[in-house]
Amino acid sequence: MGFLDRFFRRETPRKSAKERLQLVLIHDRADISPGTMELIRKDLIKVISNYMIISEEGIEMDLERDGRSVALVASIPVLEVKRKRSREGDK
Amino acid sequence: METRIIVVTSGKGGVGKTTVTANLSARLAMEGFKVVAIDADIGLRNLDVVMGLENRIVFNMIDVIEGACKLPQALVRDKRVDNLYLLPAAQTRTKDAVTSDQMKELCDSLRGEFDFVFVDSPAGIESGFRNAAAGADEALVVATPEVSSVRDADRIIGLLESFGKTSINLIVNRVRPEMVRSGKMLGVSDVMEILAIDLIGIVPEDDSVVVSTNKGEPLAMTDVSPAARAFEKIAGRIMGKDIPLRDIDDLEEKGFLVNFRKLFGRRGGRS
Ligand SMILES: Nc1ncnc2c1ncn2[C@@H]1O[C@H](COP(=O)(O)OP(=O)(O)O)[C@@H](O)[C@H]1O
Ligand SMILES: [Mg+2]
Repeated sequence: MGFLDRFFRRETPRKSAKERLQLVLIHDRADISPGTMELIRKDLIKVISNYMIISEEGIEMDLERDGRSVALVASIPVLEVKRKRSREGDK
Repeated sequence: METRIIVVTSGKGGVGKTTVTANLSARLAMEGFKVVAIDADIGLRNLDVVMGLENRIVFNMIDVIEGACKLPQALVRDKRVDNLYLLPAAQTRTKDAVTSDQMKELCDSLRGEFDFVFVDSPAGIESGFRNAAAGADEALVVATPEVSSVRDADRIIGLLESFGKTSINLIVNRVRPEMVRSGKMLGVSDVMEILAIDLIGIVPEDDSVVVSTNKGEPLAMTDVSPAARAFEKIAGRIMGKDIPLRDIDDLEEKGFLVNFRKLFGRRGGRS
Protein backbone atom coordinates (compact mmCIF):
# COMPACT_ATOMS: atom_id res chain seq x y z
CA MET A 1 0.00 0.00 0.00
CA GLY A 2 2.89 2.34 0.75
CA PHE A 3 3.97 2.51 -2.84
CA LEU A 4 0.59 3.30 -4.35
CA ASP A 5 -0.27 5.73 -1.56
CA ARG A 6 2.87 7.66 -2.16
CA PHE A 7 2.56 7.46 -5.90
CA PHE A 8 -0.92 8.93 -5.88
CA ARG A 9 -0.15 11.15 -2.89
CA ARG A 10 -2.90 9.50 -0.96
CA GLU A 11 -3.48 10.21 2.70
CA THR A 12 -1.62 7.56 4.69
CA PRO A 13 -2.20 6.82 8.39
CA ARG A 14 1.29 8.22 8.95
CA LYS A 15 0.35 11.52 7.33
CA SER A 16 -2.95 11.86 9.09
CA ALA A 17 -1.32 11.08 12.45
CA LYS A 18 1.19 13.84 11.83
CA GLU A 19 -1.39 16.38 10.70
CA ARG A 20 -3.75 15.64 13.57
CA LEU A 21 -0.92 15.92 16.07
CA GLN A 22 0.26 19.22 14.66
CA LEU A 23 -3.22 20.65 14.96
CA VAL A 24 -3.98 19.38 18.43
CA LEU A 25 -0.58 20.49 19.76
CA ILE A 26 -1.06 24.04 18.57
CA HIS A 27 -4.10 24.28 20.80
CA ASP A 28 -2.46 22.33 23.67
CA ARG A 29 0.56 24.62 23.63
CA ALA A 30 -1.32 27.89 23.40
CA ASP A 31 -3.98 26.61 25.79
CA ILE A 32 -6.60 28.38 23.69
CA SER A 33 -9.93 26.74 22.95
CA PRO A 34 -11.81 27.33 19.70
CA GLY A 35 -14.36 29.28 21.79
CA THR A 36 -11.67 31.67 23.02
CA MET A 37 -10.40 32.04 19.47
CA GLU A 38 -13.87 33.20 18.46
CA LEU A 39 -13.91 35.78 21.28
CA ILE A 40 -10.49 37.08 20.20
CA ARG A 41 -11.75 37.33 16.65
CA LYS A 42 -14.78 39.39 17.68
CA ASP A 43 -12.66 41.69 19.85
CA LEU A 44 -10.15 42.14 17.04
CA ILE A 45 -12.91 43.17 14.68
CA LYS A 46 -14.20 45.68 17.23
CA VAL A 47 -10.82 47.30 17.84
CA ILE A 48 -9.69 47.42 14.25
CA SER A 49 -13.05 48.76 13.09
CA ASN A 50 -12.26 51.89 15.08
CA TYR A 51 -9.56 52.64 12.55
CA MET A 52 -10.49 50.93 9.30
CA ILE A 53 -13.38 49.38 7.50
CA ILE A 54 -12.60 45.70 7.21
CA SER A 55 -14.17 42.70 5.58
CA GLU A 56 -15.38 40.50 8.40
CA GLU A 57 -15.97 37.53 6.13
CA GLY A 58 -12.46 37.79 4.71
CA ILE A 59 -10.70 37.52 8.09
CA GLU A 60 -8.37 34.59 8.47
CA MET A 61 -7.09 33.98 11.95
CA ASP A 62 -5.07 31.01 13.07
CA LEU A 63 -2.51 29.70 15.48
CA GLU A 64 0.67 28.64 13.72
CA ARG A 65 3.64 26.70 15.02
CA ASP A 66 7.13 28.09 15.02
CA GLY A 67 9.47 25.48 16.44
CA ARG A 68 8.22 24.91 19.98
CA SER A 69 6.32 28.19 20.18
CA VAL A 70 3.00 29.26 18.78
CA ALA A 71 2.11 32.46 16.90
CA LEU A 72 -1.30 34.00 16.40
CA VAL A 73 -1.45 34.98 12.75
CA ALA A 74 -4.30 37.06 11.41
CA SER A 75 -4.97 38.31 7.94
CA ILE A 76 -7.61 41.02 7.89
CA PRO A 77 -8.60 42.48 4.51
CA VAL A 78 -8.92 46.28 4.72
CA LEU A 79 -11.67 47.79 2.60
CA GLU A 80 -11.05 51.40 3.51
CA VAL A 81 -8.93 53.33 5.97
CA LYS A 82 -10.96 55.82 7.94
CA ARG A 83 -9.76 59.38 7.40
CA LYS A 84 -10.15 60.47 10.96
CA ARG A 85 -9.56 58.27 13.95
CA SER A 86 -12.64 58.70 16.07
CA ARG A 87 -13.79 56.26 18.64
CA GLU A 88 -17.30 57.71 18.88
CA GLY A 89 -18.24 58.18 15.27
CA ASP A 90 -17.72 54.62 13.97
CA LYS A 91 -21.25 53.32 14.31
CA MET B 1 33.67 14.19 37.01
CA GLU B 2 30.75 16.26 38.22
CA THR B 3 27.65 14.22 39.02
CA ARG B 4 24.98 14.31 36.33
CA ILE B 5 21.42 13.80 37.51
CA ILE B 6 19.11 12.76 34.68
CA VAL B 7 15.35 12.26 34.95
CA VAL B 8 13.75 9.80 32.50
CA THR B 9 10.17 10.80 31.83
CA SER B 10 7.35 10.68 29.28
CA GLY B 11 3.90 11.72 30.46
CA LYS B 12 2.27 8.58 29.13
CA GLY B 13 2.78 5.25 30.87
CA GLY B 14 4.13 2.11 29.24
CA VAL B 15 6.32 3.83 26.66
CA GLY B 16 9.66 2.61 28.03
CA LYS B 17 10.90 4.90 30.83
CA THR B 18 11.85 2.03 33.13
CA THR B 19 13.41 0.05 30.29
CA VAL B 20 15.50 3.06 29.26
CA THR B 21 16.56 3.81 32.85
CA ALA B 22 17.65 0.21 33.52
CA ASN B 23 19.56 -0.16 30.27
CA LEU B 24 21.33 3.20 30.24
CA SER B 25 22.31 2.75 33.89
CA ALA B 26 23.72 -0.71 33.21
CA ARG B 27 25.49 0.41 30.05
CA LEU B 28 27.17 3.41 31.67
CA ALA B 29 28.25 1.29 34.66
CA MET B 30 29.81 -1.16 32.21
CA GLU B 31 31.68 1.79 30.71
CA GLY B 32 33.24 2.25 34.13
CA PHE B 33 31.09 5.02 35.57
CA LYS B 34 29.57 4.84 39.03
CA VAL B 35 25.82 4.87 38.48
CA VAL B 36 22.72 4.83 40.66
CA ALA B 37 19.21 4.33 39.28
CA ILE B 38 16.47 5.78 41.47
CA ASP B 39 12.94 4.42 41.20
CA ALA B 40 10.70 7.46 41.73
CA ASP B 41 7.52 5.54 40.93
CA ILE B 42 6.43 5.30 44.56
CA GLY B 43 3.69 2.74 45.12
CA LEU B 44 4.19 1.18 41.69
CA ARG B 45 7.83 0.20 41.77
CA ASN B 46 9.17 -1.74 38.81
CA LEU B 47 12.74 -0.72 38.21
CA ASP B 48 13.81 -3.37 40.75
CA VAL B 49 12.31 -6.26 38.76
CA VAL B 50 13.45 -4.88 35.40
CA MET B 51 17.00 -4.69 36.77
CA GLY B 52 16.60 -8.08 38.48
CA LEU B 53 17.40 -6.76 41.97
CA GLU B 54 13.99 -7.24 43.63
CA ASN B 55 15.18 -9.97 46.02
CA ARG B 56 17.87 -7.90 47.64
CA ILE B 57 15.88 -4.85 48.72
CA VAL B 58 15.97 -4.09 52.44
CA PHE B 59 15.31 -0.35 52.69
CA ASN B 60 13.90 2.12 50.20
CA MET B 61 14.01 5.77 49.23
CA ILE B 62 11.32 6.81 51.71
CA ASP B 63 13.23 5.14 54.55
CA VAL B 64 16.19 7.33 53.64
CA ILE B 65 14.08 10.48 53.44
CA GLU B 66 12.39 9.74 56.75
CA GLY B 67 15.66 8.91 58.43
CA ALA B 68 14.82 5.25 59.09
CA CYS B 69 18.16 4.27 57.53
CA LYS B 70 21.26 5.81 56.03
CA LEU B 71 21.52 6.21 52.28
CA PRO B 72 24.22 3.54 51.77
CA GLN B 73 22.03 0.98 53.56
CA ALA B 74 19.22 1.52 51.06
CA LEU B 75 21.39 1.21 47.95
CA VAL B 76 21.19 -2.21 46.29
CA ARG B 77 24.47 -3.06 44.65
CA ASP B 78 24.34 -5.00 41.41
CA LYS B 79 26.60 -8.07 41.66
CA ARG B 80 26.85 -8.60 37.91
CA VAL B 81 28.20 -5.18 37.03
CA ASP B 82 30.60 -3.13 39.13
CA ASN B 83 29.54 0.37 40.12
CA LEU B 84 25.83 -0.13 39.47
CA TYR B 85 23.32 0.61 42.24
CA LEU B 86 19.56 0.82 42.64
CA LEU B 87 17.70 3.04 45.07
CA PRO B 88 14.28 1.37 45.21
CA ALA B 89 10.92 3.07 45.64
CA ALA B 90 8.61 2.26 48.55
CA GLN B 91 5.91 -0.11 47.40
CA THR B 92 3.37 0.39 50.18
CA ARG B 93 3.35 4.18 50.18
CA THR B 94 1.84 6.80 47.90
CA LYS B 95 3.39 9.60 45.91
CA ASP B 96 2.43 12.06 48.64
CA ALA B 97 5.02 10.46 50.96
CA VAL B 98 7.69 12.77 49.50
CA THR B 99 7.90 16.43 48.57
CA SER B 100 9.85 18.03 45.75
CA ASP B 101 12.24 19.58 48.26
CA GLN B 102 12.97 16.20 49.84
CA MET B 103 13.63 14.68 46.41
CA LYS B 104 15.92 17.53 45.53
CA GLU B 105 17.79 17.09 48.80
CA LEU B 106 18.11 13.35 48.20
CA CYS B 107 19.50 13.90 44.70
CA ASP B 108 21.91 16.54 45.93
CA SER B 109 23.20 14.17 48.62
CA LEU B 110 24.32 11.84 45.81
CA ARG B 111 26.45 14.54 44.19
CA GLY B 112 30.10 13.74 44.47
CA GLU B 113 29.32 10.08 45.20
CA PHE B 114 28.23 9.02 41.73
CA ASP B 115 29.00 9.92 38.13
CA PHE B 116 25.44 9.40 36.95
CA VAL B 117 22.12 9.44 38.78
CA PHE B 118 19.12 8.29 36.73
CA VAL B 119 15.65 9.02 38.09
CA ASP B 120 12.89 6.81 36.67
CA SER B 121 9.78 8.99 36.68
CA PRO B 122 6.22 7.76 37.11
CA ALA B 123 3.68 8.48 34.38
CA GLY B 124 1.49 11.56 34.58
CA ILE B 125 2.09 15.25 35.11
CA GLU B 126 1.27 15.40 38.82
CA SER B 127 3.38 15.36 41.97
CA GLY B 128 5.14 12.07 41.16
CA PHE B 129 6.55 13.46 37.94
CA ARG B 130 7.29 16.85 39.50
CA ASN B 131 9.18 15.22 42.38
CA ALA B 132 11.18 13.04 39.99
CA ALA B 133 12.16 16.08 37.95
CA ALA B 134 12.85 18.31 40.96
CA GLY B 135 16.43 17.23 41.61
CA ALA B 136 17.50 16.61 38.01
CA ASP B 137 19.88 18.68 35.91
CA GLU B 138 18.89 17.01 32.66
CA ALA B 139 15.89 15.20 31.21
CA LEU B 140 15.46 12.35 28.79
CA VAL B 141 11.96 12.31 27.33
CA VAL B 142 10.84 8.92 26.03
CA ALA B 143 8.12 8.76 23.39
CA THR B 144 6.82 6.07 21.10
CA PRO B 145 5.74 7.04 17.58
CA GLU B 146 2.05 7.19 18.46
CA VAL B 147 -0.29 10.16 18.56
CA SER B 148 -1.09 9.91 22.28
CA SER B 149 2.52 9.38 23.34
CA VAL B 150 3.82 12.29 21.27
CA ARG B 151 1.08 14.56 22.55
CA ASP B 152 1.90 13.69 26.17
CA ALA B 153 5.62 14.11 25.50
CA ASP B 154 4.93 17.59 24.20
CA ARG B 155 3.11 18.46 27.39
CA ILE B 156 5.96 17.09 29.50
CA ILE B 157 8.55 19.05 27.52
CA GLY B 158 6.52 22.23 28.09
CA LEU B 159 6.42 21.51 31.84
CA LEU B 160 10.13 20.69 32.03
CA GLU B 161 10.88 23.97 30.26
CA SER B 162 8.66 25.81 32.73
CA PHE B 163 10.67 24.23 35.58
CA GLY B 164 13.76 25.78 34.03
CA LYS B 165 15.31 22.56 32.67
CA THR B 166 17.47 23.46 29.71
CA SER B 167 18.94 20.09 28.76
CA ILE B 168 16.07 18.04 27.39
CA ASN B 169 16.72 15.21 24.93
CA LEU B 170 14.35 12.89 23.14
CA ILE B 171 14.46 9.10 22.84
CA VAL B 172 12.04 7.58 20.37
CA ASN B 173 11.28 4.03 21.49
CA ARG B 174 9.57 1.07 19.83
CA VAL B 175 10.17 2.26 16.30
CA ARG B 176 8.95 -0.12 13.62
CA PRO B 177 10.75 0.79 10.40
CA GLU B 178 8.60 -1.39 8.17
CA MET B 179 5.42 0.34 9.28
CA VAL B 180 7.00 3.75 8.94
CA ARG B 181 8.17 2.97 5.43
CA SER B 182 4.77 1.74 4.38
CA GLY B 183 3.15 4.92 5.68
CA LYS B 184 1.22 3.25 8.49
CA MET B 185 3.03 4.83 11.38
CA LEU B 186 4.77 8.04 12.45
CA GLY B 187 8.50 8.04 11.79
CA VAL B 188 11.32 9.40 13.92
CA SER B 189 11.63 12.42 11.62
CA ASP B 190 7.91 13.18 12.07
CA VAL B 191 8.19 12.98 15.86
CA MET B 192 11.28 15.21 15.84
CA GLU B 193 9.65 17.78 13.62
CA ILE B 194 6.60 17.91 15.85
CA LEU B 195 8.37 18.01 19.22
CA ALA B 196 11.24 20.24 18.06
CA ILE B 197 13.78 19.10 20.66
CA ASP B 198 17.12 17.36 20.29
CA LEU B 199 17.07 13.65 19.52
CA ILE B 200 19.59 11.53 21.43
CA GLY B 201 18.55 8.09 20.22
CA ILE B 202 16.18 5.70 18.54
CA VAL B 203 15.30 2.30 19.98
CA PRO B 204 13.61 -0.18 17.66
CA GLU B 205 10.76 -2.44 18.67
CA ASP B 206 12.62 -5.56 19.77
CA ASP B 207 11.37 -8.80 21.34
CA SER B 208 14.61 -9.14 23.24
CA VAL B 209 13.47 -6.23 25.45
CA VAL B 210 10.57 -8.36 26.66
CA VAL B 211 12.86 -11.37 27.17
CA SER B 212 15.40 -9.35 29.15
CA THR B 213 12.63 -7.89 31.33
CA ASN B 214 11.35 -11.38 32.04
CA LYS B 215 14.82 -12.51 33.05
CA GLY B 216 15.55 -9.36 35.04
CA GLU B 217 18.73 -8.81 33.13
CA PRO B 218 19.23 -5.49 31.32
CA LEU B 219 20.07 -6.03 27.66
CA ALA B 220 23.29 -4.12 27.96
CA MET B 221 24.73 -6.88 30.16
CA THR B 222 24.59 -9.73 27.67
CA ASP B 223 22.80 -9.05 24.47
CA VAL B 224 23.75 -7.85 21.03
CA SER B 225 20.19 -7.30 19.84
CA PRO B 226 19.17 -4.16 17.92
CA ALA B 227 17.76 -2.58 21.10
CA ALA B 228 20.97 -3.37 23.03
CA ARG B 229 23.00 -1.66 20.32
CA ALA B 230 20.64 1.31 20.43
CA PHE B 231 21.15 1.71 24.19
CA GLU B 232 24.89 1.42 23.74
CA LYS B 233 24.82 4.29 21.26
CA ILE B 234 22.63 6.45 23.50
CA ALA B 235 24.95 5.84 26.45
CA GLY B 236 27.85 6.84 24.20
CA ARG B 237 26.13 10.07 23.25
CA ILE B 238 25.40 10.83 26.92
CA MET B 239 29.11 10.37 27.58
CA GLY B 240 29.72 12.99 24.93
CA LYS B 241 30.91 10.71 22.16
CA ASP B 242 30.10 11.91 18.69
CA ILE B 243 28.01 9.05 17.36
CA PRO B 244 26.06 10.21 14.33
CA LEU B 245 22.34 9.53 14.31
CA ARG B 246 22.69 7.66 11.08
CA ASP B 247 19.95 5.30 12.09
CA ILE B 248 17.26 7.81 11.11
CA ASP B 249 18.01 7.29 7.44
CA ASP B 250 18.57 3.60 7.86
CA LEU B 251 15.23 3.17 9.50
CA GLU B 252 13.29 5.46 7.28
CA GLU B 253 14.62 5.67 3.80
CA LYS B 254 11.88 7.54 2.17
CA GLY B 255 10.43 8.10 -1.22
CA PHE B 256 9.93 6.56 -4.52
CA LEU B 257 13.31 4.95 -4.95
CA VAL B 258 13.08 2.85 -1.84
CA ASN B 259 9.64 1.65 -2.68
CA PHE B 260 10.79 0.95 -6.18
CA ARG B 261 13.70 -1.09 -4.80
CA LYS B 262 11.37 -2.91 -2.49
CA LEU B 263 9.10 -3.87 -5.35
CA PHE B 264 12.02 -5.65 -6.92
CA GLY B 265 13.10 -7.25 -3.71
CA ARG B 266 16.17 -5.16 -3.08
CA ARG B 267 16.98 -3.20 -0.01
CA GLY B 268 18.60 0.18 0.39
CA GLY B 269 22.37 0.47 0.20
CA ARG B 270 23.10 0.85 3.90
CA SER B 271 22.84 -1.80 6.51
N1 LIG C 1 11.95 -1.23 22.39
C1 LIG C 1 11.05 -2.08 22.91
N2 LIG C 1 10.70 -3.21 22.23
C2 LIG C 1 9.77 -4.07 22.75
N3 LIG C 1 9.15 -3.90 23.93
C3 LIG C 1 9.45 -2.80 24.65
C4 LIG C 1 10.40 -1.83 24.18
N4 LIG C 1 10.48 -0.86 25.12
C5 LIG C 1 9.63 -1.19 26.12
N5 LIG C 1 9.00 -2.35 25.85
C6 LIG C 1 8.01 -3.03 26.70
O1 LIG C 1 6.98 -2.10 26.97
C7 LIG C 1 6.48 -2.29 28.29
C8 LIG C 1 6.52 -0.98 29.04
O2 LIG C 1 7.85 -0.58 29.24
P1 LIG C 1 8.32 0.19 30.54
O3 LIG C 1 9.77 0.45 30.40
O4 LIG C 1 7.86 -0.51 31.78
O5 LIG C 1 7.49 1.55 30.37
P2 LIG C 1 7.21 2.72 31.42
O6 LIG C 1 8.27 2.65 32.48
O7 LIG C 1 7.29 3.97 30.58
O8 LIG C 1 5.83 2.51 31.95
C9 LIG C 1 7.33 -3.37 28.92
O9 LIG C 1 6.64 -4.58 28.89
C10 LIG C 1 8.56 -3.42 28.05
O10 LIG C 1 9.14 -4.70 28.03
MG1 LIG D 1 7.95 2.58 34.64
